[in-house]
Formats: sequence, structure tokens, C-alpha cells
Amino acid sequence: MQLNGAQLIVRLLEQQGITTLAGVPGGAALPLYDALSQSTILHHVLARHEQGAGFIAQGMARVSGKAAVCLSSSGPGATNLVTAIADAKLDSIPLVCITGQVPSSMIGTDAFQEVDTYGISIPITKHNWLVRDVRDLLEIIPAAFRIAESGRPGPVWVDVPKDVLSAKIEIEALPLPAVRDALPEADSGLIGRAAELINAARTPVLYLGGGVIAAEASAAAVALAEKAGLPTTMTLMGLGVMPMDHSLSLGMLGMHGARYTNYALEEADLLIVLGARFDDRAIGNAEKFCPNAAVVHIDIDPAELGKIRRPNVAIHGDVARVLELLLTQVQANPRAAWVARVNDLKRQHPLALPGMDDPRSHYGLVRAVASLLDDEAVIATDVGQHQMWVAQAYPFRRPRQWLTSGGLGTMGFGMPTAIGAALAQPERTVVCFSGDGSLKMNIQEMDTAVEEGVNIKVVLMNNQSLGLVHQQQDMFYGQRIFAADYRHQTNFQMIAAGFGMAVYDLDKTDDPRAMLAEALAARGPALIHCSIDVNQKVFPMVPPGAANTEMIGG
Amino acid sequence: MDVQKVVLELTVKNHAGVMSHVCGLFARRAFNVEGILCMPIAGSDESRIWLLVFDDARLSQMIAQVEKLEDVVRVVRHGADHQVFERLEEFFK
Ligand SMILES: Cc1ncc(C[n+]2csc(CCOP(=O)(O)OP(=O)(O)O)c2C)c(N)n1
Repeated sequence: MQLNGAQLIVRLLEQQGITTLAGVPGGAALPLYDALSQSTILHHVLARHEQGAGFIAQGMARVSGKAAVCLSSSGPGATNLVTAIADAKLDSIPLVCITGQVPSSMIGTDAFQEVDTYGISIPITKHNWLVRDVRDLLEIIPAAFRIAESGRPGPVWVDVPKDVLSAKIEIEALPLPAVRDALPEADSGLIGRAAELINAARTPVLYLGGGVIAAEASAAAVALAEKAGLPTTMTLMGLGVMPMDHSLSLGMLGMHGARYTNYALEEADLLIVLGARFDDRAIGNAEKFCPNAAVVHIDIDPAELGKIRRPNVAIHGDVARVLELLLTQVQANPRAAWVARVNDLKRQHPLALPGMDDPRSHYGLVRAVASLLDDEAVIATDVGQHQMWVAQAYPFRRPRQWLTSGGLGTMGFGMPTAIGAALAQPERTVVCFSGDGSLKMNIQEMDTAVEEGVNIKVVLMNNQSLGLVHQQQDMFYGQRIFAADYRHQTNFQMIAAGFGMAVYDLDKTDDPRAMLAEALAARGPALIHCSIDVNQKVFPMVPPGAANTEMIGG
Repeated sequence: MDVQKVVLELTVKNHAGVMSHVCGLFARRAFNVEGILCMPIAGSDESRIWLLVFDDARLSQMIAQVEKLEDVVRVVRHGADHQVFERLEEFFK
């Protein structure tokens, strides 16, 4: 059959199982869009900004675990994608990003809308390509999916000059779709040593990161905790692996973890770390983190082993496979004394959630939303105080229920990611908790949400401020609040209505709980607005540079 | 102060761009590369990159990161007395 480069890309995407992708067209990408227009399989979601397209793809990838696709044209289209791709890199989310480029003959001439997309994308991707010949697409597109999804997942970027998109190619058949690389064979001797350390430990803690979700190993991780009596903490990225209400759950550790969590970790004699990378927001001052603990570290990425903390046993492997073997060698042990000690810590130093019963307060709103939804709902956030309040107070109970920008902490992440999640799993209700600062960063995607009719509920916690900045200035910069409060009050309700969203204002009702219930039960995109006191803080808090045990508040 | 030097021998796939991946990795971490040399390996689709670097505390982490690059096939670590850069010194007089 004869195809051009763009048609070949479309066929390869279809064959890879892609059904929805997001992007914004432009000059260099026109051949690709022309080919897309002829596809009966691919549904193209027109984002209102390329960053929105990148996060829509992230939403699809985060809920499904499969690589999702975003597209843009050259130059500003490509640079607009950069933040969303960098965000995917830091959170290990599989994405395939395809951009148009100026024609090969014009590369390097400062042609209209030419940027060095290849060079720009090197440090923010797992791998990238500038396609020089239409034949190379036969190898590159399947490789892009293989690399994005294999091992530690991540984003890849394929930059395709316009002449390559238009060039004709004659092929007999399409190459086979990509399959993931084989998993590394974990060292059974090391697994034996890890089991010995666990069996001998008196006060071990299981420490779970986002890698457990990527490896689909959540049930196995919970099984290990239950068999060996391991109190279990999760990173921000790991929330949902063990249900929050599980008796062994310590919830989230670190900068905004509960006091009991960080205190229990301080007493640990062994940390079993699965699919986590000792991020500074999780461990605080690295020298003072769990000073008396030996470490068993299991990760698919060998470069994470020993990067921050030297482990006593380092296992390079797939978390699910390693757990399978480890479970057979770990002795059943309820560890009653240690679990009782942890329960004492929980009683003595509980997580304070002031205002929990008032649906118009920060924690209360999170809890009220949770009480109206079941575990099937997906919860996304933006970045700021509201993100941490949700992380602390929402009762997460399953992996891939929680979508948040962990590593890059990107304001503007929430709404487009929620749209992507709803596109991939239309049967679910997708809630996005946002702040007024973050929502403004990708507010144009309200238009996309309405056009696609996705079932997303944006819960806007409006404190008329960049709340997390306000909090830091209040606490650590002599209360000099600068460039954090908005002087002008934005009418979000009118903006959302202008885009065609349903609008619910909890400020203007006698029965906020009933209004919330109505908003969450109706299908389709909606804004749920609620004013929040700007002086509320995220507590407890580990100040910058301090040990995790030196928390303020809470 | 006498910091030890190390010679790294990388076998890489012959893709355009592999040099920028390798060099960028060191540059982004403010890790000095003293010397660099790259040539295709005759009769194959691979190239060899030789790097002369200081043996600082971050080197093993650097090597782990280099090994992760898609186009890097193999990394071997040699002592500074490896001949490749010594012989080259003649051209830098
Ligand atoms: C793109 C981006 N710019 C700046 C920041 C720094 N920053 C972190 S939180 C924050 C304030 C967020 O305000 P808002 O979205 O209103 O949430 P709140 O903290 O008030 O809940 C800022 C400016 C960031 N994380 N991302």
C-alpha cells in the first residue's frame, strides 16, 4: 500500500490501540491533521492550549496506565507542550508526544515557527527523535510506545518535519505494534536477604511510592503488609495503594504528613521501600530521615537505588514480581507490639482536620465531596494548599483514583488532566479540586470540557490568593504577603457559565451539602465554587531543611 | 589537590543526537567533562565515545544515569592511565 508519513503515523497509532488523542493543529502539522481527518478510529480532542493537550493525554495515561498521545505543530505549539511533558517525566507517566517541524531543508535557518524541539526535549523526556526519513517512522513509532511503557514509564517525543509527513512510502504491511520490554530478572539471593531483614526487624515500616501503581502491584504490596504486620506509609504519588482506612495505613509521609506518620518512621528499624525515590518533600532532611533504619529498596530503575539513601539491600526489579517472590519467604507475623505502639502514636498525635464537619471549610469540603462519592470516582487536583488538603483528608482507597502533579508541582495540571481521565473512563465521575490561582492557568480548557461533554466537576476552593505562597510568606517571611493575594475579584461563576458549564455556588445556598449532592449527581462539566478563608494553613508542616520530626502545627 | 581522573568508554548506537544526550547529561549536573572523543566503530552501526572525567562522589550515579540512555549500549570504566587520551595529548601541544 502507498501512504504518506502522516497517514503512516495515523495507521500505527490506530494499530497501537489509541482511540483518543489531544492536540492543537498548525502549519507544520497540517499533513498530520489531514490524515487524522480521514481516520474513523481516532477521536481528536481539540485542546485550547497545547499545555492543555499535554495534560489531557496525561489524564488518559494516569487512569489507564497506557501511553497516551498528544500532538502539536512546530515552534510555539511545541514549546507550549514542554511543561506538560516535563511533568510527565518527573511523575513517570507514559506519553507519546508527536510534533510537526519545519521542512527538513529549512531546519537550522530560523525558519518561521522553527525551534530546536529535539534539543529542548532532551532533558524532559525518556527518549526523543527528530525523524529524518519517512521510512524511519516504521521503527520509531512502535519504539516510542515501547520505550514510554517499558521499565520505568515516561514521556517520549517524536518531532516530524513537514516534508517527512508528506513523503510517500510504499509498504507491504504495517510493522507489528510495540510490546513492552521483558522485565528484569530479580536476583533471588537478594530477595532472600530482604526477607531475612524483614523477618528479623522489630519495627519495620513499608514505604510505597508511585512505582507500585505503575507496576500494578498494589494488591501484592497490601498482602505483604498484612502478612508481615508492616505499618505502611505512602508518598504523595503512592496514595491509594493501601486504602486510607486500612488498620496498617500510616497515610502520607513527609512535609505535610500526619505527626504520627513521621514519628512512627523515626522509630523504624527497617524501611522496605517499593517504587519510591526518597523525594525531598517526602523525607525532609535526608541526613536525619529514619536515622536508625536499615533500608531495603526495590525499584525498576537501577539509577534510583542508592541515589539519595544507600540501601542495605538494593533490588533492581519489577515491584510486582519481586513481591511475589518476597511474599513466599516472609514469615507471617502480626507484630502486635509494634502495631500497638503505632496505634498509640496515632491516638497521641492524630491528624487534625479542623472544620471537618463544615462543607464550606477547606477540610470539610473535601470530606463532604468524599462522602457523596464512592471509590469509583477519580480525584484530580491542581497545586497549592488545596492539593495538600485533599491529599491529607480524602479517603483514597484504590490505585489510579488520585491524579496529582507530584514531582513538578504544576499549577494548571488539574482541569485538563481531569478531562483526559473522563475521556478515557467516561463512566466515572471525575472531580478536580482546584485553587483560584491554578484554575486560571488552564481555564481555557473549560471550553474543551464543554465541547466534549465530559463528566468533570471542578471544585474551586477560592481563597482569592496564591494560598500556598501566602502561607509561606506568612510563616517564614515576616508576614510580608507580596504578589500572593489577588486584588481584583474574579467572577469564576460567570466565566464558567460563559464557557457553558453548569455552575453551583456553595456561598449562595442554605444547604451546601444538598447543592453538592445535586452537582455531583448530574452528568456533564460543572464548576462548584466555594470561598475559603485565606488564613487557613496546611498543617502539620515540616519547614524547609528540617527533619520530618520537626513539624509545625497540626 | 590531586583529584583522580577516570576514563569512561561508551558504546552507543550510531544515532545523530546521541552526543547531545550524553554531553547534556553531564552538563545539566554541572559535572565537568575534561576530554571527549567520538568515532564510529568500523564495520558496525555503533560508535564509541571516550570521556575523561574527574572521579568525584557523584560519578557512580552519573554512570547509572548514562547507562539508562536509550542509545547507550555499554559503559566501561577505566583508570586515567588509559592510553586513549595520553596518546592524544600530542595533538594538543
Ligand atoms: C506553574 C506554577 N507556577 C508557580 C508555582 C508556585 N506555586 C506553588 S503553589 C502556588 C499557589 C497556588 O495557588 P492556588 O492555585 O490558588 O491554590 P491554593 O494554594 O490557594 O490552594 C504557587 C504560585 C507552581 N507550583 N506552578
